[in-house]
Amino acid sequence: MSKTRLIVAAAAASLVGGAVAAGTLDDVKAKGFIQCGVSTGLVGFANPDADGNWNGFDVDYCRALAGAVFGDPEAVKFTPTTGKTRFTALSSGEVDVLARNTTWTFSRDADLKLTFVGINYYDGQGFMTHASLGVESAHDLDGATICIQTGTTTELNLADFFRANNMSYEPVPIETNAEAREQFFAEACDVYTTDRSGLAATRATAEDPEALIVLPEIISKEPLGPLVRHGDDEWADIARWVLNALIIAEEKGITAANVDSMASSTNDPEVARLLGVEGEYGGMIGLSADWAANAIRARGNYAEIFDNNIGPDTAIGLSRGVNALYTEGGILYAPPFR
Amino acid sequence: MSEKRSAPSRQPFRIGMLLYDTRYRSLTIQVIALMGFMLLVAWLISNTIQNLNSLGKDVSFDFLRQPSSYDINQHLLEYDSRSSHLRASMVGLLNTLLVAVLGCTLATVVGVLIGVLRLSRNWIVARLMTIYIEGFRNVPVLLWIVFFMAILIETLPRPRDFRGDDATASMLLGDSVALTNRGVYVPEPLFSNSLGDVPILGWFSISLDLITLLIVLFVGITGAGMIRRRAERRQAETGVRPVTWPIRLGLIAIPPLVLLYLLGFHLGFPELKGFNFSGGIYMRNSMIALWLALSFYTAAFIAENVRAGIMAVSKGQTEAAYSLGLRPGITMSLVVLPQALRIIIPPLISQYLNLTKNSSLAIAVGYMDVTGTLGGITLNQTGRELETILLLMLCYLAISLSVSAILNWYNNRVKLKER
Repeated sequence: MSKTRLIVAAAAASLVGGAVAAGTLDDVKAKGFIQCGVSTGLVGFANPDADGNWNGFDVDYCRALAGAVFGDPEAVKFTPTTGKTRFTALSSGEVDVLARNTTWTFSRDADLKLTFVGINYYDGQGFMTHASLGVESAHDLDGATICIQTGTTTELNLADFFRANNMSYEPVPIETNAEAREQFFAEACDVYTTDRSGLAATRATAEDPEALIVLPEIISKEPLGPLVRHGDDEWADIARWVLNALIIAEEKGITAANVDSMASSTNDPEVARLLGVEGEYGGMIGLSADWAANAIRARGNYAEIFDNNIGPDTAIGLSRGVNALYTEGGILYAPPFR
Repeated sequence: MSEKRSAPSRQPFRIGMLLYDTRYRSLTIQVIALMGFMLLVAWLISNTIQNLNSLGKDVSFDFLRQPSSYDINQHLLEYDSRSSHLRASMVGLLNTLLVAVLGCTLATVVGVLIGVLRLSRNWIVARLMTIYIEGFRNVPVLLWIVFFMAILIETLPRPRDFRGDDATASMLLGDSVALTNRGVYVPEPLFSNSLGDVPILGWFSISLDLITLLIVLFVGITGAGMIRRRAERRQAETGVRPVTWPIRLGLIAIPPLVLLYLLGFHLGFPELKGFNFSGGIYMRNSMIALWLALSFYTAAFIAENVRAGIMAVSKGQTEAAYSLGLRPGITMSLVVLPQALRIIIPPLISQYLNLTKNSSLAIAVGYMDVTGTLGGITLNQTGRELETILLLMLCYLAISLSVSAILNWYNNRVKLKER
């Protein structure tokens, strides 16, 4: 299965590659929709509902991007990718943007020739285990069997963590979150490790979430963000500033509901610039003047997207933590819009 | 006179003859087709290079020397996360070979059995075998692999069920074998006076105990063979066959037993420690699921090959054997099967190759074969799609060509010698 897929992907990489050099924005406009790579199904981040509509934190970023480019948040198609296939899908041109809780690392940026456009979720790798095992710390995990998704940074962090602490473990490599759940819930592995947001999402869908505990240790920095291919700076700018626009919108209190009234009545020059009332900022990135207003109109600002998908009132129940705005004790910070 | 008659053959060559002369036409078409094919290949290669350039990537195999940074659960070589990507690939390759060898062996045994039983005159046995064959070969092998894995995970007890006074699960065969939903633990052979290991090219080491044991066993079998041949000579000369089996058995069995005693052979039993059992040989359920699924699936095809081979042997052979007074079992093993083998071997080769290549589905259950290490994690962590896929194809090509070379050699030995 995956061998064929990889070969097809490699072949596609060699054939489609030619089209990649041309402007992604022009290609996207010509085909009329954005192809967005998401995960194969992680509740809260990217998951199709019973009708096949994709929902989630990463999905909503793509909808905002579609709003900015086309003024229509539905002008986006989703490609589910596994941890293994995601980068090939992006560099072969199969997807235009990858929003799949992907960790920004040096080698992915430099060696894999990808461009991370920002960070939409500051995460860290954690461990989830069965409460009945009586484990209280990751340092008690010597000899444990650990389920882990292949092709992720968590796989490397795990090897480093256990090596540094002189402990042994038995890795059980798996392809998707669904397979991990099957093995973990049947206790074929003692521990499931991935980003803590992913653990929370998996725990939320367990039959009895109380029987599972997330251990206190965070063993890595996992800055997650959307990414595009190297070499198309115009498209990267669009992807970067859609994300920034959503964060600035939260800062300025612009929501999906009040974006129109804000645009007509604002006295704040930065809001006026952002919403296209003042200046020609949309033209600088090849979009219409109201691109940011359309992006915000799609699914709301950063806070709205967070709260609707993974916030405290959802089944996932993540608090903002370090992902709060810098003005509210977090580290979320967008460059000035001018 | 003769000069005149041969004149037409000296007709000067004209360019049109390439198309209109039947002697040259097929050649022309072949040359054009070859040129077209080469152009296609050249275009593909130049396109690949050009696109890699435009992506800013080069083709380089240097990544193979970098540390892999990931762990592999089942490694037959010494391996840790500081080892190189090349070593990780080798570990994967050995895992592929392991499951391929185990799979081909079990598939052959099961396949021959099922194939013979399908021809049984017992109605129920024959129909049951038909159900087996049609069931296995008409469902994709990937589903069988996942299905076997699900059975192992969901039905077998967890390691913690073995713990405590009110344990719900217990070990089998006098506390020596543990069946868990993570795999099967069996006793391992240990030597208290071990001879140690010999490193080979600094790459891996082989246990000297094993080598010594194999040498002793080989010498014993060779000696036993010499005694048997002498007995045959004696029988040919005098008509009386001397009783040799106690000597031969002793020659084969006693030296290894003495050696095992000298080496201090004992069994290490698995024990529940912490999260898992430790000690003993740990066969992960990913390997067991993959092995069983591939074997039973391929066995269905082999069974059909065996049935075809047996049915192709003329019925007269069986009747002749019966008329000589041979019983059905002996007839099958001494008369029919040796002849059927000639028909069975060639398709058997392709079944072995299929099994080996199907083992690349291993990642579905998390078995770290060469597709999982080189074509999976290494590809993903280094981003070298082209290089890793090329190496991977080379690996499978090498395995397949070797298997097929060995079996072709065997086929040449058993096939009907025609003069």
